[in-house]
This record gives sequence, structure tokens and C-alpha cells, in this order.
Amino acid sequence: MNELPTKSYLNDPKGLKSWLLTLDHKRIGLLYLFSIMAAFALGGIFAMLIRLELLSPGKDFMEADTYNQLFTLHGAIMIFLFIIPSIPAILGNFALPLMIGAKDVAFPRLNLASWYIYILGSAFAVYSMVAGAADTGWTFYTPYSTETTTSVISMTLGAFILGFSSIFTGLNFIVTIHKLRSPGMSWFKMPLFVWGLYATAIIQVLATPVLGITLLLLIIERVAGIGIFDPAMGGDPVLYQHFFWFYSHPAVYIMILPGMGIISELISVFSNKKIFGYKAIAFSSLGIAFVSFLVWGHHMFVSGQSELAAMIFSFLTFFVGIPSGIKVFNWVTTMYRGSISLKTPMLYALSFLFLFTIGGLTGIFLGALSVDVHLHDTYFIVAHFHYVMMGGTVMAFLGGVHYWWPKIWGRMYSELWARISVALIFVGFNVTFFSQFILGSQGMPRRYYNYLDQYQPLHAFSTYGSWILGLGFVIMAVYLVHSLFKGRVAGSNPWGALTFEWTTASPPPHENFATIPETTHGPYDFDKIVPKRTLTED
Amino acid sequence: MKNGSSHSHHILPPRVYLGVGAALLILTAITVAVSFFNFGPYNLLVAMLIAAGKASLVALFFMHLKYDNKLYMTIFVASVVFLAVFIILTMFDTLRRDDIYDIGAGPIRDRAVMYDSVAVDSTITGADSIEAVSDTTINQSPGQ
Ligand SMILES: [Cu+2]
Repeated sequence: MNELPTKSYLNDPKGLKSWLLTLDHKRIGLLYLFSIMAAFALGGIFAMLIRLELLSPGKDFMEADTYNQLFTLHGAIMIFLFIIPSIPAILGNFALPLMIGAKDVAFPRLNLASWYIYILGSAFAVYSMVAGAADTGWTFYTPYSTETTTSVISMTLGAFILGFSSIFTGLNFIVTIHKLRSPGMSWFKMPLFVWGLYATAIIQVLATPVLGITLLLLIIERVAGIGIFDPAMGGDPVLYQHFFWFYSHPAVYIMILPGMGIISELISVFSNKKIFGYKAIAFSSLGIAFVSFLVWGHHMFVSGQSELAAMIFSFLTFFVGIPSGIKVFNWVTTMYRGSISLKTPMLYALSFLFLFTIGGLTGIFLGALSVDVHLHDTYFIVAHFHYVMMGGTVMAFLGGVHYWWPKIWGRMYSELWARISVALIFVGFNVTFFSQFILGSQGMPRRYYNYLDQYQPLHAFSTYGSWILGLGFVIMAVYLVHSLFKGRVAGSNPWGALTFEWTTASPPPHENFATIPETTHGPYDFDKIVPKRTLTED
Repeated sequence: MKNGSSHSHHILPPRVYLGVGAALLILTAITVAVSFFNFGPYNLLVAMLIAAGKASLVALFFMHLKYDNKLYMTIFVASVVFLAVFIILTMFDTLRRDDIYDIGAGPIRDRAVMYDSVAVDSTITGADSIEAVSDTTINQSPGQ
């Protein structure tokens, strides 16, 4: 029988102040966990309300203006408050130093500052909700965003501030990965999650300032009336889209790359097999990061951008398929002839494989110029990015949460309920969003409050799916909270993994390791080493 | 260099500084001189090339980039490339908007249709962009 350690980072030192002023990366990860989950719940409730309103055509229970504000808030909160920080700031913060055998990140104070900046940015976002929420969509396109009377400034200022939080985290991770790896851990002995975080951090540091500049320019135009995007003042509204997507396309990879890193860990560990094509996976992360800066114009095919630019961007967009395809093939090959155990994290990894592949392939449709003209701004787009973002990143995030949960708290959740929840989420997700592919291909425009009767069956189907999805998340919240008090004690290595975080106690002591571990084997050498599992009964 | 670190400051002889300073002054004189010639569309290019040369001299010698750890040079060059990518790819759009339809990008008048609550008739004077549109094969006024 395993025992919880009497002293761990969770209870040593004690007191609220010790948490709010903590410099421990694990505690900061948890601060992020609670605040980001609150944002996720809020964004999720907005999503449920949007789907409920769309159950039947015309007004069900909210006004059209409220509807516009709700989808804007849903988008802005899910992107800026939830999905961008989710994996790096929660799981990256918690696991990165542990995985490379370090005591902490390189700049612990900067790390804490990033959390306070996150809270400050969120406060602006929440304030804008109270003060007449923006109704522009999360993209804040001009010229509408410079004209609407809703609180665009506080919302964009919130996103601007949140950007700094993101930059701080990225900067911290780059230095940590360069400088604090344990003795003997060369670049190609790093776990692949670390590679994913590294590629992400580069994009965070390079691209986020451009978003800051864009939003500042928008605010300047609104406040000072200087013509930058407004054609009446000599500006160019399409230029806003260039600025915006120059950040926001790479930002899609800020969201997905760390998720891909988690999937590499999960697939190898739960197939009990050495990862196939380690270097290919590592370099394809960098490849994706590089290509991501050259394709932003694919969001602008019908914006009035020149035909030449549209052709160039369409051509370049197809290159994204190469590194993504490399990863998917390597994951599948890793599973081939492995001894696969279908634990909850692995179920999430498999969901990721299915859903991300659908999301990625429909992205190829949208990158093709002629097809995009038909599908642009329809529900096809909505379905596509929910397959990538929710089917991809969120599945990977949930897989990671379930994988590191016993390390974070020292206790296991109920495997049975977790499997029920993953099944509901998988089914609910597909019911909600696959129907939207069909809706979109039939011409249903996105962001519309009302629709023709012919679309009603599919809209209703999608709304039912959102209820299944919501139920899955409620169950998850219940069994996860329950596990904190009643869960079985996990022991240091419940999954039989080989990376460093599983060599120390669960939950780990404040300084992570009693002695700094030395790298004697690769992170996935399941062919050479049989790790001792601390949970065996099943 | 007691500590032997690669970070130590390289001391340059004064004549290098004076030489670079002189080069900067000469380039400034050239900037003024070329402003009397009209190179047509290349005016901007010429001015930018001279300015970029001056900025490089300052960064390389006055700011010691040439003698410092090569990592700084790499980061500096990478960020310039990064900026260039943004500007060049955007230029593929903004400079080539009238490839197929001959509507160039230009400021819309204050009373352009989209800023008007009342419908605009075609008799308004000085409507450059509106006229440009009506001259083309597109059969719609931009307000519709
Ligand atoms: Cu994109």
C-alpha cells in the first residue's frame, strides 16, 4: 500500500500567503489551474447558452445583441484566457522543471509575475463584460471594432495584458530549457513535451508582441482618431487583418504544439514502447513553428486581399500538413505492436488522434482557394477549428491533466467515472461539431442569430451534443474533486513511465528531488528498462 | 580579461570610432545629395538602403555587435528577417490589389457610402474612388 509523503509542496509551507507569494513552479501551476479552469467554465457556460439559443430559429430567450456579445465573449475567453495559457502555464509550469530534473524554472519571480499579470488581464476582460461586452467577435475586425459603442477597449486591453503573461512564460521556459537541464540530458534526451514547450515558447516570444502592437493601434484609432485601419481617414481595414493574423495564426500553434508534446508522452508510455521517430517529432515541432509565420493570409482569402497574395498564402499553407502528418504517422507507428493499455489518458490521446486528424484535414480544404470561397465564414470553419482546438488541444490537455493528476495531488481519480466521462465528451463533441461541418457545407453562415428552417434539424442535433458534452465535463469536475479527498494513493510512478517526474514522490517535495537526478537513459527507453509501477492492481 | 568569459568588453582603438563616425557623416551627406535627384519609384529604396547601411555601422561598431557573442548577432539578424517576412508578404497584398480589377487601394472620402446614413448619388464631386469603381465592369455601387 502506498503512503502519501507527510511533507510535500502542497502542505509545506502552509497558509494562504505562502500560496499567493509562492515562487514554487508547482504551486504557480496550480494557481494557474484554478484560475484557468474558472475561465474555461465561464466560456463553456457561454457556449451552452449560444447553442441553446440556436436550438430553433428566431428568438428563443435572448436578444440578438446579447447573442453577439455572448459569442464574442465565448471566443475571447476561450482563446485568450483558457486555451493559450492552458497547457504551458498549468502543465508546463508543473511538469517542465520536473521533467528536466531541475529544482524550478530559471526565473521563479517572473513566473509568479506572469500569473498576476494573467489575473490583471482577466480582470479587464471581466470588467468589459459588466460594462457592455464587446460584440465584434474575438477577432476585433475593423472598421466595426472602431465604431461599435461596446467596450472594445477594455477587452482588447485585457488581451494586450494577457499577452505579457504569455511572453513571460515563454521567455522563462526558453531559458529554463537551455540552462537547467540535469547533467547528461542532451537536447535529444529531453522528453518530447519539453520540445513542444520549447517550440511554443519561441512563438510566444516572437509573435505575441505583434498582437500587442495591433491592439494598441486599434485603441489609438478609437481614442485619438488617427487613421490606421479606417479608410475614411486614409487607413486600410485589410491591414488590420494582416496584423491580427500575423499573430493569431502562429497563436494556433501556441495552442496545439504543447498538446502534441503531451500526446507524444502519452502514446509512448501507454503503449509501453519507445517512441517512433523521436527526432522527426522534435524537429517537426520546430518546423510547424517556422511555417506558422508564413501562412496568415489564408484567413483573408475573401477580405479583398490581392489575388497574388492569396495564391502565395494558399500555397504556403499546404506545407503545414507535412510536419503535422509526420507527427501523426509517428504516433500511430509508436502504437504498432506496443502493449497498449487503455487508461483514461490514453483514451484522450486516441481521441486526439481521431479528432485532430479530422481537424487538420479539413484545414487542407480551407487552405484551397476555390473551396474556401464557398466555405469561408460558414459553420464549416467553426467545426474545423473546434476539431483542432477542442478535439486537439483540449483533448491533449485533458489527457495531460489525467496523466499528471496523481503526480500533482498524489491521489488517483476513479478510473471508471473517468472513462464514462471521456466517452461522453468524445461522443458529445462529435455530435456537436460534426453536424456543423454539414451545416457549413450547406451554407449556414457562422455568427448568425437566426437561420432558415431547413437548418433546424442539424442545429438541434448540435445543441443536443452540447448537452452530452456538458454532462461529461460536470462528471469530470465531480470525480476530480472527489479524488482529492478519497482517491487511492498513487505512489511515485503509477503509470510505469521513465521520465524524471516519476522518480520523485507524489506529490513532490518543495525542492522537487532529494538529489538532482542524472540522465542515464532516454525518456522512452522501454526496450531497455522495465520501470517499477507503484500501482499494479488491474 | 581576468575572468576569461566570452562576455568581456572589447576595447576598440579610437581611430575605428572616428572612422565609423566619418563614414556616418559621409553617408548623411549622400542622403542629402540624393534627395536632389528623382529616382521615381526607387526614391524610397535608395533612402532606405543608405539608412540601413548607417544603422548597420552603428549596430556593428558602436554597439559592438561585431565583437560580441555570435548569439546576439543571430538574434538580431533573425528579428530583422522576421520583420522583413511580415512586411514583404503584406506588400504582396497591398501593392497588387488591382491586378485583376482596376480598383486601387486609396482613402475613401469622409462621405463615402459606408459612412453615410443616406444613400449617396453619383453626382458628388471629388469622388475619386467611387468614380474608379463605376468605370470598371463591376455593376454595383460599393454601397450595395
Ligand atoms: Cu491560420
